[in-house]
Amino acid sequence: MSLSLDDVRRIAHLARIEVSDAELRAVQQQLNGILGLVEQLQAAETAGIAPMAHAQNVTLRLRDDEVTEPDQREPFQSTAPAVEAGLYLVPKVIE
Amino acid sequence: MFEASLTEVAAALTARRVSSVELTQACLDRIATAQGQLNAFITVDPERSLAQARAADARIARGEAGPLTGIPVAHKDIFCAKGWLTTCASKMLADFVAPYDSHVVERFDRAGAVLLGKTNMDEFAMGSSSENSHYGPVRNPWHTGFVPGGSSGGSAAAVAARLAPCATGTDTGGSIRQPAALCGVSGIKPTYGLVSRYGMIAFASSLDQGGPLARTAADLALLLNAMVGFDPRDSTSLERPKEDYARELERPLAGLRIGLPREYFGPGMDNDVRRAVEDAIAAFGKLGATAVEVALPNTGLSVPAYYVIAPAEASSNLSRYDGVRYGYRAPEYADLLDMYCKTRAQGFGPEVKRRILVGTYVLSHGYYDAYYLQAQRVRRLIAQDFVEAFKRCDVVLGPTSPTVAFRVGEKASDPVKMYLSDIYTTAANLAGLPAMSIPCGFGAGGLPVGLHLAGNYFAEARLLNVAHQYQRATDWHTRKPPAFA
Repeated sequence: MSLSLDDVRRIAHLARIEVSDAELRAVQQQLNGILGLVEQLQAAETAGIAPMAHAQNVTLRLRDDEVTEPDQREPFQSTAPAVEAGLYLVPKVIE
Repeated sequence: MFEASLTEVAAALTARRVSSVELTQACLDRIATAQGQLNAFITVDPERSLAQARAADARIARGEAGPLTGIPVAHKDIFCAKGWLTTCASKMLADFVAPYDSHVVERFDRAGAVLLGKTNMDEFAMGSSSENSHYGPVRNPWHTGFVPGGSSGGSAAAVAARLAPCATGTDTGGSIRQPAALCGVSGIKPTYGLVSRYGMIAFASSLDQGGPLARTAADLALLLNAMVGFDPRDSTSLERPKEDYARELERPLAGLRIGLPREYFGPGMDNDVRRAVEDAIAAFGKLGATAVEVALPNTGLSVPAYYVIAPAEASSNLSRYDGVRYGYRAPEYADLLDMYCKTRAQGFGPEVKRRILVGTYVLSHGYYDAYYLQAQRVRRLIAQDFVEAFKRCDVVLGPTSPTVAFRVGEKASDPVKMYLSDIYTTAANLAGLPAMSIPCGFGAGGLPVGLHLAGNYFAEARLLNVAHQYQRATDWHTRKPPAFA
């Protein structure tokens, strides 16, 4: 299966990556090349094989319900693009 | 000092024949001289490194030195180091000064090692050539017209050119082993879960694993001793008794069964690589090992499975780069959605965007089962192939890469061609097995060939033993790039 230009636009929107009209065809071609490579998976006989999500069969650890993280708001916010009064600034979302 | 093993350097430091300050300064001088040719580093900070070296010298003087105290280590720029610029070779993180240390950096600090600088790489570790860097491509010390491999290309080039005695890397689909092979150095990817991923910038979390690069297997063992350890901050970190990875180095290889997968030795491997690998098999025979043929029938599916699973995980992991909490934000935008889309379009390079798009697609409604679940089923088949193979052999041997280093720019415009250079390395990540690459000769253009050794889960000490015995019998690992001798 190969992607149409509309498919590429839809995926780019889902991924929140702007793809300009000028780039669209090149991106389409590259994605279709990659999907052509992974298409080989369809021929593999996998009936009855359980999907493997992880290399080790471990279950997630639980820890005691205690506060372990110190307050690092300041150092962490020092790397943010826009901060005011301890809050991250973003463009207005509610009119 | 540039040819000595880490054990010898440590002995010289303890005996005060050389100081960590002298050693660090010598490395910094070589880095400065080579930077224009190799572009192996993104950040060096001589004052900071020398301050650490002085602290190490004081620790040595107090008689409190460990095996790595005072030894300079170059860290791949994927490891957060508090107060250091940590970019992952991306414009997205071009101004990111890490507010905390990764577990790996923390462990080297505790051992008294000196942070020599942050090495260049493929952006977000996505690539096999170290060309996908916001800071420009890394060059191969054996021939600067050629790539060093990737994604840990800066680390491999730095070790090969004797800019650093050792370095760290990360390996999601071959990113330690392939550059080690193409630059003629040694590197190991441990069993998944042994090295904490805390503070190691995420690419594909079920595959990502940190590990060391150095000139010899014996050095790798010492570095692994420092890097491996349980860390509650990584949810997949394994809690296991402490091991000495150097404990089996001197074990003779008599009786060792070397598995040769028939699928590795078919078409696809260049003849120069094949010759070097066959010579290595003969050398192991002289050391008392026996070769046995094994089958890894799903080898051909490992690259397709990898290029579904890794992009899928990447598309999720990299959603955090939204221009809000850290990193780049586009200067102009209409609204919040537009800010996300422009920030990510401008902050990520082409390969990273491609992988996010592929990952988004294979996880999207209607395609999830056909691509993602199918890839995960194939992943299990690949892992099972190794379970069967290790019933018949102790290590699986083959080439690390089907070719020697290729020219800068040669595969840059064809992602699929680039992906196929990962054919021998991705399976170990999918299965979670330890695997390493060591130099085993030279091919076309006098460029190094890497030998790939994969072991069963937690068989690092045995792998290092096999590699060390080979390095005692051969001298490929001692060869230096003429321009950096």
